[in-house]
This record gives sequence, C-alpha cells and structure tokens, in this order.
Amino acid sequence: MDGIAAAPFDVARIRQDFPILSQPQARGRPLVFLDSGASAQKPRAVIDAMVRCMETAYANVHRGAYRLSELATDAYEAARTATARFINAADAREVVFTKNSTEAMNLVAHSWGRGVMKPGQAVLISELEHHANIVPWQMLRDDNRGIELRVCRVTDAGEIDMDDLEAKLADGKVGLVAIAHMSNVLGTVTPVERIVALAHAQGAKVLLDGSQAAVHRRVDVQAIGCDFYCFTGHKLYGPTGIGVLWARLEHLDRMPPFLGGGDMISAVTFETSEWAPAPAKFEAGTPPIIEAVGLHAAIDYVTAIGMGAIEAHERALVDHAMGALAGVPGLTLMGRAQDRGGVFAFAMDAAHPHDLATLLDRAGIAVRAGRHCAEPLHARFGMENGTTRASFGLYTTKEEVDLLARALAEAREFFK
Amino acid sequence: MSGLFDDLRDLYQEVILDHGRKPRNFRRLEDADATGRGDNPMCGDRIELFVKRAPDGTIADAAFQGRGCAISTASASLMTEVVKGKTPAEAKDLGAKFRELAMTGACPDCGAALADDMERLAPLSGVHEFPSRVKCATLAWHTLNAALDGTKEASSE
Repeated sequence: MDGIAAAPFDVARIRQDFPILSQPQARGRPLVFLDSGASAQKPRAVIDAMVRCMETAYANVHRGAYRLSELATDAYEAARTATARFINAADAREVVFTKNSTEAMNLVAHSWGRGVMKPGQAVLISELEHHANIVPWQMLRDDNRGIELRVCRVTDAGEIDMDDLEAKLADGKVGLVAIAHMSNVLGTVTPVERIVALAHAQGAKVLLDGSQAAVHRRVDVQAIGCDFYCFTGHKLYGPTGIGVLWARLEHLDRMPPFLGGGDMISAVTFETSEWAPAPAKFEAGTPPIIEAVGLHAAIDYVTAIGMGAIEAHERALVDHAMGALAGVPGLTLMGRAQDRGGVFAFAMDAAHPHDLATLLDRAGIAVRAGRHCAEPLHARFGMENGTTRASFGLYTTKEEVDLLARALAEAREFFK
Repeated sequence: MSGLFDDLRDLYQEVILDHGRKPRNFRRLEDADATGRGDNPMCGDRIELFVKRAPDGTIADAAFQGRGCAISTASASLMTEVVKGKTPAEAKDLGAKFRELAMTGACPDCGAALADDMERLAPLSGVHEFPSRVKCATLAWHTLNAALDGTKEASSE
C-alpha cells in the first residue's frame, strides 16, 4: 500500500468493519471487547476472503496439476509474499507458516535448539515471557543436551533489566536470546534493537516473540536485526490456525526439519529422504490454506489503515487509559513501562480478578482474568491471585475505556 | 448506586460476600486426620483442606486455607460448616448433590433429609448461570473428596 495516502483514522468507521461489534449482547448492552490481546475480532474483509476462497478457489496446494489447485497454490504463496512484505523480510522464503506463535517457537526450540545449538550453550529468556516462550526452552534444557536456561530479570517498572541482560550474556555462552517484543501482561515494549546489538556482540542469536507487538506497531525485521520473529494470525484480526515464523534464510538452511511428512521432502525412499528447501522443509502436510488467505486479507486490512495510524490511535488510548485507571480507587496496575502498548493488567483491593471479570461481563465488558499464561511474571510481582486484564485493539474507543473505569469503580463498591 | 451490577445480586448474595470476606474455619488443623489440596490451574485458586474425625468416624472439624475468588472462598467456608457431624459417606453424598445444584440451579432428588444443608448452600446455586464459575464453587468439594479418599490432590479442571 506504499504510495497510497491512508484515510484519516476513523474509529467509528473501522468498527463498522467488524460484524461482531454490532451484535447485541445479553441485556441489550453493546459489546465492549477488551480482550483483543488474547484474540482479536475479525473484519468483514477477512471473513469474506476466507469464504470466497472456499467458494471459488479451493483445492490442496503444491500438488494438483489442475487449475483449481494452481489457484489455491497461488493464493497460499501470495499470503507468504504479503507476510514477508508486512514485516519487511528480505525474501519470502524466510516466512514459514505454522499453526500459531507457540508452534513457531517450538519449531525453533526443537530444530535450532536440538539441531544447531551445542552442549554448554545457554538460552536466555526474561521474566516477562508468555509460557509459550518459557516451556519449549525448559523442554530443551531438560533434554540432556547440556543446554542451560537463563532468565533475565525485569525491573519493578516492568522493563527488561538491561544490566542483568548484559551480565547474563557476558560469558559468551548464550547461543540464543528469546524475548517478547511486547509483554502480553505488562504492555511493555522491549528495546529490541538494543537487545539485538548486545546479543550479537556476544555471539548470540535473537528470537523475538512478536505475538503482541506485530499487531500494534510496524515491524521491520531487517531494521531490528533479529534472527527469528514469531507472530500469530488470530491476534492480527486474522483467523486462528495460522502463525508465522520468520527466520533468516541462512538459519533455516542449517536447521533440520521439525515435523516429517508430505510437502517437506524432495525425495523419499524407505532408506532415506531428502529435505525440500525452506520454507517447505518446515511445512509438512497440508498447510492452513484458507487461514493463509485470511491472514493475507488481515494484513491487507491493517496495512490499508496503516500500522502507523493504528499505533498512534493506540498510543492515544494508552495515555487516556493511564489517566482513567489512575482514578479508580483501590486499583493497582502491574507494570509502568515507559514504552508500552494497550495491555493493562491490574488487581483490585476489594475483589478477586475472577469476581471482577464476572461483574465486568455484566456491564458488557469482556476482559480476561487469571495469569494470562505468564505465571512466573505474576509471582515476580507478588500477584499470585492473578490479575484482570484489559487489552485494546484498533477498534477500541476512549468511551469504552471510560466505561471500564466507571465499571471498575462501581465493582469496588459492590464488593466493599 | 446506578446499578450496573444490580442483577448480579443473585450470584453474589450477601451470604456469599460475607463468607468471601470473612471465611469461617479459615485456619490450619494441626491434628488433622486427613488433608487435601485443591487446585484450579486456570485461575490460580488453591485450597488446602483439613479434616479431623471423631472416634465414631464422623467429621468432628473441618478447616481450610488458601486463596481464591469470593465464590470459591465462600463455598469452602460454607462447606466446612455443613460437613461437621457427618460421616464421610454423607459428606460425599452432599457434595454430589451440591455439584448438581451448582451446575443446574436445582436438585430435584435432594430429599427432605438434606433440606437444611441444601438451604445453607442454596446461595451458591446462582453459579449455574455462569458456566465459567461453576468450578469455583465446586473446588472445595472436589478437595473434600480427595481428602476423604486419601488421594490428596484435586483439580476442578
């Protein structure tokens, strides 16, 4: 969409693109959807693209020598090209489609961790990681390959402790730094360029979990300089069932396959098989074809609005929310990072997160309660009971944030 | 109050708010005969239950510790009150009836013998309209079963 001036950001018009936002809810209240950090709602363009694919251009890809299969293959590969452009990858072959971010990170842990990393090396994660960026590395550590797992501290403000990061990189044993680009609990956006510079200086590669960040800001993997970048379709207003692993081609070439099956081989006998080149090497079996078409439509949708415009809208919302939530008595926000996105986890003195979520649901407000797949982070902040989390999307309005603040204040009165 | 939440008084009745804020029997029983741990890994609710038996095998005392939402705390609190004096079999039967109450809002075959106990537990029946909260109300009872059966660990997942 380069060269096309984006229309001014008009949240009311954008909301009309999302059919679910006009669905009447229980007790006639409008839906206030503040759980986009878990999964975002889908615009009409995505829904229609997937239906159109199934109605007019669907067949399996990469095998049929007939027109419909060629059409589907073209659509699937066009999604790859669009995804590469979306994150400014140098080459579309660097984009591997997975099931979700979790699978993308497992792919790297399995294939890079077990196929390329050496005994004595370490993986360095941080305290603010989602379980998806903790557990695969624990499994690698516990696989008797001599791989160590290190955890970088997070400051009380909820930012990466850069001194600790440097200290844990200092002995040169870290082979991979795996860190979130944006926290799904604290909203913290991590200083990825600095992290990459520090890691590369010590010979470590860098994987970024972009599940949250890719939705809220423009991501340029070449400018960031990282080695692996993971994100998922369903948080980016696209469908479930498709995620993205971007990795430098030189890395993908060195990595053994993750899953075995059709589509990932160039020759098979019962004695041995030869792997297809990346990305096919990592896409065994029938891929998520319709989902790729949906992801492509989602990328086109946000690109047409403009990632810069989306980021500006969300920055204004974040500023507004900081003010509105600060006015709610008894509310403690988890994390106060300088650079942050539209994710707010909080605890209330008078109410447990689950009771709070049930009350907010009655006001038509959908939020998430619990530990948001980040149990160690909640322990780090002494929030063992979990938190209630409100997370914004491009369709979120200031009025919705105000309603949240008002409902929270009223909920406190209810429980006090 | 402008009443955003007035219709939630069915779920959060005064009895529940009261037991949630000031749970009864919220302590360790150092001389417990049976203990059980209950976990709800999704929300982090966790309870430790202590049961002390009388010489005739009935439950002489029950107490709990842990953390949880108003509903799970109130349910554990009420449970420790109503199971006192019951045989383990009676307590487990009451638990089965309570789970039915929590899931459906009614217990047609509870019978007159359980009427008083069910009346005490009735304020929790509102959870049946909140499927995601039923497990909050039943965690304590799952834990009681685990303690009485000697399996120790219970999960409401």
